[in-house]
Amino acid sequence: MRKFVDLHLRPSIENLDEMENMVRKSSELGYHVVGISLPPDIKRDEISQLQKICRDSKMDLVTRLDFVPKTRRELLDNLRRFRRRFEVISVMCTSKTIARQAAKDRRVDLLSFPSTDPRGRFFDDAEAELASKALSSLEIDMALLLSSEGFSRIRLLSCLRKEVAIAKRLRVPVVISSGATHKHLMRGPHDYASLAFLFNMTPPLALRALSEDPLAMVERNRGKLSPDYVVEGVRIIRRKNDCPDV
Amino acid sequence: MRKRYLALRVASEQPVSERDLTSAFWNTLLQLFGEYGASQVGFGLIDYNPQKGQAIVRCSHKALEMVRASITSITEINEKPAAIHVTGVSGTLRALRKKALS
Repeated sequence: MRKFVDLHLRPSIENLDEMENMVRKSSELGYHVVGISLPPDIKRDEISQLQKICRDSKMDLVTRLDFVPKTRRELLDNLRRFRRRFEVISVMCTSKTIARQAAKDRRVDLLSFPSTDPRGRFFDDAEAELASKALSSLEIDMALLLSSEGFSRIRLLSCLRKEVAIAKRLRVPVVISSGATHKHLMRGPHDYASLAFLFNMTPPLALRALSEDPLAMVERNRGKLSPDYVVEGVRIIRRKNDCPDV
Repeated sequence: MRKRYLALRVASEQPVSERDLTSAFWNTLLQLFGEYGASQVGFGLIDYNPQKGQAIVRCSHKALEMVRASITSITEINEKPAAIHVTGVSGTLRALRKKALS
């Protein structure tokens, strides 16, 4: 059975009841893995509490950090400080400099473009080429599409159509997430796949953007964050005391 | 014309009447696809239970994606936050009732 992933829930961290409701709703809608945007200074016991909430709803929690850097320097500093503490790192690209730096940095998992204005979205061929080499993915938050209307939705759909075509051509994985701040903005994976039809994503491609692609990213990052990871392709399978012949 | 039947679950903080549901659907369909698109979907509300928030709608099988996209785009009914989830799709009413509403 296909495992669906919603990598971007944005509930208020202070309101645990709301968080629990959203996680439960996510489970009802057919997701198995849920990523929650967390503040950078979150404590370990708070993460354990969230993991317990997710476990109770039979969900797998992915810890995620969203950066909204103003400068290239700020992005690099943040990546150095926080990369090893979170399973998924997303960068909201608000300028071309940030977008380019984020796309070429292998520590960035998701490139996000919060603007509905074509001038505020920087996912072009050059960006996609960098992202493809660095294994970063393009994230599409459906809440932005659901909450916009009129001319801003027309512009957003037109941008998404172009970006999806570029991503497909240059083999950049696309990740579809909810980006929901409350449960009325949450939809099931098949509903999102039908919305993706509006920007020319075929249902099989959209379903892959909701399951295999984000799941592969999470598994790759979990492998890298494990204490047994050495470098790409090398990991410790046994330590000194575990080796019977030594 | 071949048809598709969709089972829906309406999630809203206030009770939603049949009239409100239909007009929310048509408004979204018109916003997304315009009058030309709306004329092709063959939409009809077959059954609606406001207490349970369950509904069954019909559309042309060629317009299924358009109808699903419109239903998913509904975020407000009567200016109150709402969501409509598609719980099942089938080619016959009997199969749909068996599959989605059981």
